[in-house]
Amino acid sequence: MSIDLILFLILAVVALATALGMLLSKHAVYSALFLVLNFATIAVFYLLLGAPFIAISQVTVYAGAIMVLFLFVIMLLGSEVLAPSKVLRGQRWAAFGLAVVLVAETVYLLVSRHAAVGVIARPDAFLNTMDSLREIGTALFTQYLLPFEVTSILLLVAMVGAIVLTKQEKGGQK
Amino acid sequence: MVDISYYILLSAVLFTIGAMGVLVRRNPLIIFMSVELMLNAANLAFVSFASMHGSLDGQIFVFFVMTVAAAEVAVGLALIVQIFKSRHSINVDEMNSLKG
Amino acid sequence: METHGFAFLAPWLIFAPLVGLLLNILLGGWFMKQPWGERAIGAIAASASGAAFVVSALLAYTVSAAHGELMTVPFAQWIHIGTLELDWTFRLDSLSTTMMLVVSGVGTLIHIYAIGYMHEDVRFKNDIPRYQRFFVFLNLFIAAMMILVSGDSYMMLFVGWEGVGLCSFLLIGFWYDMDTLGRSSWANSNAAKKAFITNRIGDFGFLIAGFLMFWRLGSFQFDQVFAAAPALAASDHTTIILITLFMLIGVAGKSAQIPLYVWLPDAMAGPTPVSALIHAATMVTAGVYLITRSAPLYTLVPEAQYIVAMTGAVTALFAATIAVGQYDIKKVLAYSTISQLGFMVAAVGMGAYVAGMFHLITHAFFKALLFLSAGSVILGLERGHHHLAHGHGHGDHHEEVFDPGDMRNMGGLRKTMPVTFWLYMIGTLALAGIVPFAGFWSKDEILLDANLHYTGVYWILTIAAFLTAFYMGRQIWMVFFGEARHEAAAHAEESPAVMTVPLMVLAALSVLGGALNLPFEGFHNLTHWLGHTLGEVEAMPLNGVVAGVSTVLALTAIFVSWLLYGRNPLKAGQPDPLKKPLGLAFTGMENKWFVDEGYWFAIVDRYVDIARFLADKIDWEFWHDFVHEKVIAGTYNWLSNSALNEGLDKRVIDAIANGLGKATQWLSGTTRKFQNGFVRSYALSVFLGVVIILGYLLLK
Repeated sequence: MSIDLILFLILAVVALATALGMLLSKHAVYSALFLVLNFATIAVFYLLLGAPFIAISQVTVYAGAIMVLFLFVIMLLGSEVLAPSKVLRGQRWAAFGLAVVLVAETVYLLVSRHAAVGVIARPDAFLNTMDSLREIGTALFTQYLLPFEVTSILLLVAMVGAIVLTKQEKGGQK
Repeated sequence: MVDISYYILLSAVLFTIGAMGVLVRRNPLIIFMSVELMLNAANLAFVSFASMHGSLDGQIFVFFVMTVAAAEVAVGLALIVQIFKSRHSINVDEMNSLKG
Repeated sequence: METHGFAFLAPWLIFAPLVGLLLNILLGGWFMKQPWGERAIGAIAASASGAAFVVSALLAYTVSAAHGELMTVPFAQWIHIGTLELDWTFRLDSLSTTMMLVVSGVGTLIHIYAIGYMHEDVRFKNDIPRYQRFFVFLNLFIAAMMILVSGDSYMMLFVGWEGVGLCSFLLIGFWYDMDTLGRSSWANSNAAKKAFITNRIGDFGFLIAGFLMFWRLGSFQFDQVFAAAPALAASDHTTIILITLFMLIGVAGKSAQIPLYVWLPDAMAGPTPVSALIHAATMVTAGVYLITRSAPLYTLVPEAQYIVAMTGAVTALFAATIAVGQYDIKKVLAYSTISQLGFMVAAVGMGAYVAGMFHLITHAFFKALLFLSAGSVILGLERGHHHLAHGHGHGDHHEEVFDPGDMRNMGGLRKTMPVTFWLYMIGTLALAGIVPFAGFWSKDEILLDANLHYTGVYWILTIAAFLTAFYMGRQIWMVFFGEARHEAAAHAEESPAVMTVPLMVLAALSVLGGALNLPFEGFHNLTHWLGHTLGEVEAMPLNGVVAGVSTVLALTAIFVSWLLYGRNPLKAGQPDPLKKPLGLAFTGMENKWFVDEGYWFAIVDRYVDIARFLADKIDWEFWHDFVHEKVIAGTYNWLSNSALNEGLDKRVIDAIANGLGKATQWLSGTTRKFQNGFVRSYALSVFLGVVIILGYLLLK
């Protein structure tokens, strides 16, 4: 058993545990914190996979910006815990059954198509330097320039939308 | 040396957990978080494949997914705030005005 | 065929009167508003007829110049169907040109006469605008009659035949909204209908003859028919007999022979020029012309000839007896016409075609003369009556119904209407068959032929000739001699020159017409002329016995009539002196032997019964009430209501429709539960879909 695999297994356990924590926590704030932990774990995975830029983005965008926004909204609305509900009783068990089936399918896929899947080598020194970051930048601004600009417009639109949606109606106050 | 199957399996399980969250939880905020988890699971698979093939394209895709997720969260949270303002509740089980 | 001389003018026989009638139709309304309008209309119509006469004369000259050779003038393609090739072709030979001359010549004189007659007639009847219509009809008649006599086929002849029948109908019913005395009634239109329907029976016979002809002989064209007939007569004698006898029915209708003569006396309802032109001089002779034209057919079947001859002879006698008992001046002449037509039909039946045609021509002259003079008499009385009504205080005489045609109202007109009297005398002598007037020669020729071939016919005709002289004598004594039996007759006035001048022409023809065919060596002009068409026959010299007998009988008859009516003139209101000695027989004569009543009882009433039975029982009760209402409507109702509506529609179709609706309702009611509005269940559905699709892809 190689050191990579051991490291992977430890991190996988952490990721699964935090994901389940997010799922099972009654309190919304706990869920959010579990998710932050999960994102961090995944960022480590990225590092292991030789993607330092994505790892950094993961931490700043997800764990930082997005989750802070979540926590902010949870607290703003005061909806940490919801009252129990009577509707959709069978939902939980149906979802669980389907989830098991989905995982089973994935396992079956991986087992039956073993030959088609390769291995991941340990990232070498080069990948974790600034050179890989430069290459990503080059690709973004040459090959993926148009999607990049579209994305920026998307962000702008989302920003404007968020502002419009949450804005206090002037007439509505009276 | 880690077989990519492990990553894929991990990604699948995380995705399934996220989907369960969407289906089971009644708090829209947690549903959103579950959606983020599902996106992350997908991102993990992307990066794994990118690493396996030694290509950057997967990483750039993840970058775009992140941006879209950010935009989605911004708008989604704004919507939730707005719903709360008008109904004084955010329980999704209390929202069925689209019932046929 | 190459055309000679003036043959190319043939179409103008028809076009001339057509142009005249079109002018009068189009411009007549405007003319009538002008003070000279009536004269213009009359002049146009008379000129049109005169033009036809000129054309006829030129054509006759052309035929004569070609030594009577037959000429045909093709004019237009007409009917080309299968083996039938019928063209509109004019046939010019001595027979047709003779008829043309008679028709257009007498016609023109009558047109001129009518200018004066109708002028007064429309005023007495208080409907001046009808003046224009009269001349349109008259020209139409000339055109139709020209088609009849100029046609080269039985079909063309039939077109003219129907055309003159139509004109006859129109003109009998000219005063369709009144009776002969001008009272408001449908009597005149009933007379017109009677004439038309009776003629229709005859036309039916003619048509069947035509069908048989086409079926067995394969053509309608005269020459082709005549050429094919002998072969058929040899192989199938019966068919030729049938053709000729059915043709005889047509002749009986048009030429007023027994049993279809009944329409002609009623046809006197038309204005007097019409009676003269159509119902005495021309149209009614069409039947005689038809038999003469079909001479090659009749010659083949002596049986049919005998039937024709007997029909004519019996008609001649029968009508003459009725004429004796009539009081209406025109009715006497009408029955006289029937009688004389009987003479002609008898003549052509005996194969004496020339004699028949000769009598046809002379009869046209003197009968037209008599009718027109009678019209003059009637108008004279009308004038007298009118004069009285205005002279002696208003109103008195308007109440009284005055019949200007009744001879019992006349008497002594010799003094008040001298011109008319002398003209009438000439006509009477001609008709009675007194030497040397036209009627003598023609009638004598018929009697001569009858004496040679058919003794029975000869005796019948001789008695008829005796009666003819008697009733004409009776008429003369009653009308012109003695004292006036009515104030109107005392004040009668002579007719104007426009009426009397044509009469003088006709009178001259009546006197001299015999010269056409004098029975002396070198004088048989008509015999030779018609011989070109009918085949040369031996011209017969005068037979002293026959001529003597008929002359003596005629003179005796006139003497007897003087004894009865002339010596002691009839007083007003006195019954006819014949009534006592003849008793019931005279009642029969007076009432036309009740033939009309008999027809009415035997045919019309039965027909009405059948019609009523068909209408009430068959049509209404059976067809309408039972078949339509019960069977068809009932079945339909049952079908639509019980079977289709209750059974099929409500039970099956409605069930399907409602079932579909209910199924849809149930389905939607069930499925709407899935649409519960909870976003989580929708998400579950999506998730389920993902799992299933992935499973499918894996297991594929």
